[in-house]
Amino acid sequence: MLLVPCPYCGPRNSSDLRHVGEAISRPDPNAASPEQWRSYLYLRDNVADWNVETWYCTRGCRKYFKVERNTATNEFRDPPMPGNKIGGKA
Amino acid sequence: MANLSIGEGFIFTLLRLRNYVEPMGLLNDVASRGASGAKKIVGSRGSKPPRYSAAGLIAKGLRGESWPRVWRDVPLRSAYDVIIVGGGVHGLATAYYLATNHGITNVAVLDKAYLGSGGSGRNTAIVRSNYLTPEGVAFYDRSLALYNSMTDDLNINVMFSERGHLTLAHSDSALRTMHWRAEVNKLQNIDSSVIDPQQVKEIVPSLNVSSDAHHPIAGALYHPPGGIIRHDAVVWGYARGADHHGVEMHQKTEVLDIVCTGGEGPDGKGRGGKVTGVRTNRGDVSAPIVVNCTAGWATLISDMAGVRLPITTQPLQAAVTEPVKVFLPAVVVSGSLHVYVSQTDRGELVFGAAVDPFTNYNVRGSLDFTEGLAGHILELMPGVSKMRLLRQWAGLCDMTPDYSPVMGFTPVDGFLCDVGWGTYGFKAGPVAGEQMAECIATQRTPKLIEAFKLGRFEAGRLVGEKGAAAVGH
Ligand SMILES: Cc1cc2nc3c(=O)[nH]c(=O)nc-3n(C[C@H](O)[C@H](O)[C@H](O)COP(=O)(O)OP(=O)(O)OC[C@H]3O[C@@H](n4cnc5c(N)ncnc54)[C@H](O)[C@@H]3O)c2cc1C
Ligand SMILES: [Zn+2]
Repeated sequence: MLLVPCPYCGPRNSSDLRHVGEAISRPDPNAASPEQWRSYLYLRDNVADWNVETWYCTRGCRKYFKVERNTATNEFRDPPMPGNKIGGKA
Repeated sequence: MANLSIGEGFIFTLLRLRNYVEPMGLLNDVASRGASGAKKIVGSRGSKPPRYSAAGLIAKGLRGESWPRVWRDVPLRSAYDVIIVGGGVHGLATAYYLATNHGITNVAVLDKAYLGSGGSGRNTAIVRSNYLTPEGVAFYDRSLALYNSMTDDLNINVMFSERGHLTLAHSDSALRTMHWRAEVNKLQNIDSSVIDPQQVKEIVPSLNVSSDAHHPIAGALYHPPGGIIRHDAVVWGYARGADHHGVEMHQKTEVLDIVCTGGEGPDGKGRGGKVTGVRTNRGDVSAPIVVNCTAGWATLISDMAGVRLPITTQPLQAAVTEPVKVFLPAVVVSGSLHVYVSQTDRGELVFGAAVDPFTNYNVRGSLDFTEGLAGHILELMPGVSKMRLLRQWAGLCDMTPDYSPVMGFTPVDGFLCDVGWGTYGFKAGPVAGEQMAECIATQRTPKLIEAFKLGRFEAGRLVGEKGAAAVGH
């Protein structure tokens, strides 16, 4: 069980949410080359460390939010609040 | 430790005569099948490590001797021709075939823990070849052929039990995928067909095939050559075989960095670079070729060479019940219910499901998994409701976007990958080892793994196996 800190609903079991994945920036589809687009689609950092990621609160507020989690220990850091910006990647 | 357990394994085998005699039958069967094209894996270079026999066991018992070490424990040297990172079935098989098929023996397999401590010692040992793409089918079928002759080739009883594999369909769309797979399979001479619920019931009487189940069974893909195997014996067999030919295995040897020159990234890593060796917790070791066989840790290792992989790491859990009288003759998988089950020779039910729903590097079990598993399995087999779970565990899986592996060369010269094995890579160990060894020895990508090159992602030519690999590993 993993308690995910939703900035709107508070801590909820991960089964109430969907893990969208690492937060990555989306290239401009009109300007990106096919290779850049495919890197965006497929390549991930997959670190065993702190990482910024996106979750979707499927059974709660139905909002997307970003949060920082350590993928080696599953701790969350600085639980996000509505409107909070998380550093690191966009 | 490993030699002790193998000894135990064989005493156990001996006590159960049925298991001891059966593989002999299997061997004869394989010998007659050999003509059908499976290449003999141990070539002229190959003498074999000695056989574990009943006579040997009794003789050693009477003389009060213990078993010899299964592989040597030698000091780590400062240079090798090939370094393999990861001592799971993939790394060990690659080392074994480098030595036996190509005479390349100046090879070291490095593992940060003990051999088989990754997915290779944690999987549910399902072996099959009824995949969805022609590339996948040809590849996994070659592995099945190697598994069929393995007990003989490695001189160790791997207890391959070809008991049949059923993938249940609970909806029209699932049934459609089964038909699709069956047709792809038949074209490549794989024994695979779609059967109706009544035939399912005949093969596995304990299944609930009634139409008033919550998710009624609409049919199944039946694959008689599929089965289960003793995974530890496979790992130890390859390690022992590789050791016999001079390969060194180094446990508790963690690769901390990969040394490169000439690449476009920092420290000479990355595209255009060349590998010169690795840094480990036991010192630096140089080698012109470094092979990444680290499954769940694959991206951590490839990052050290400046190579990005389309891989995320997710744990996969499994669980086993107390032993009961054998009643389940085949492996049963239900994609829609996210569960699969087989029964070991000891009588335990082995359960598994899909990967955990978020990426991480933890191997702790979760209650979510057990609850989901219990609910779904009871829907399929109401009769097992009183059985108790004994253990549950997890292993790390290296998931790719298309559920096919990433094999062969990378943009860094001398750095090769054999990763992306997700939840389905144990069955691929033998063929992956064979093909990677050929790739290293000939410096060309063998035809059988051409479709699995890293470059396919940039080129947009994915090999979609999700329909055949997401739950049924
Ligand atoms: C619960 C479960 C059930 C499964 N069921 C099936 C199944 O039924 N059928 C099937 O075909 N597959 C199954 N799989 C998948 C299969 O187990 C794996 O795909 C396969 O074992 C991968 O083998 P490998 O040799 O590539 O990696 P592993 O066996 O994971 O070995 C990787 C090794 O790399 C080592 N390593 C990591 N980092 C370093 C480092 N820095 N330095 C040195 N060494 C390092 C690790 O210690 C580890 O021993 C299952 C997996 C799990 C977890
Ligand atoms: Zn919410």
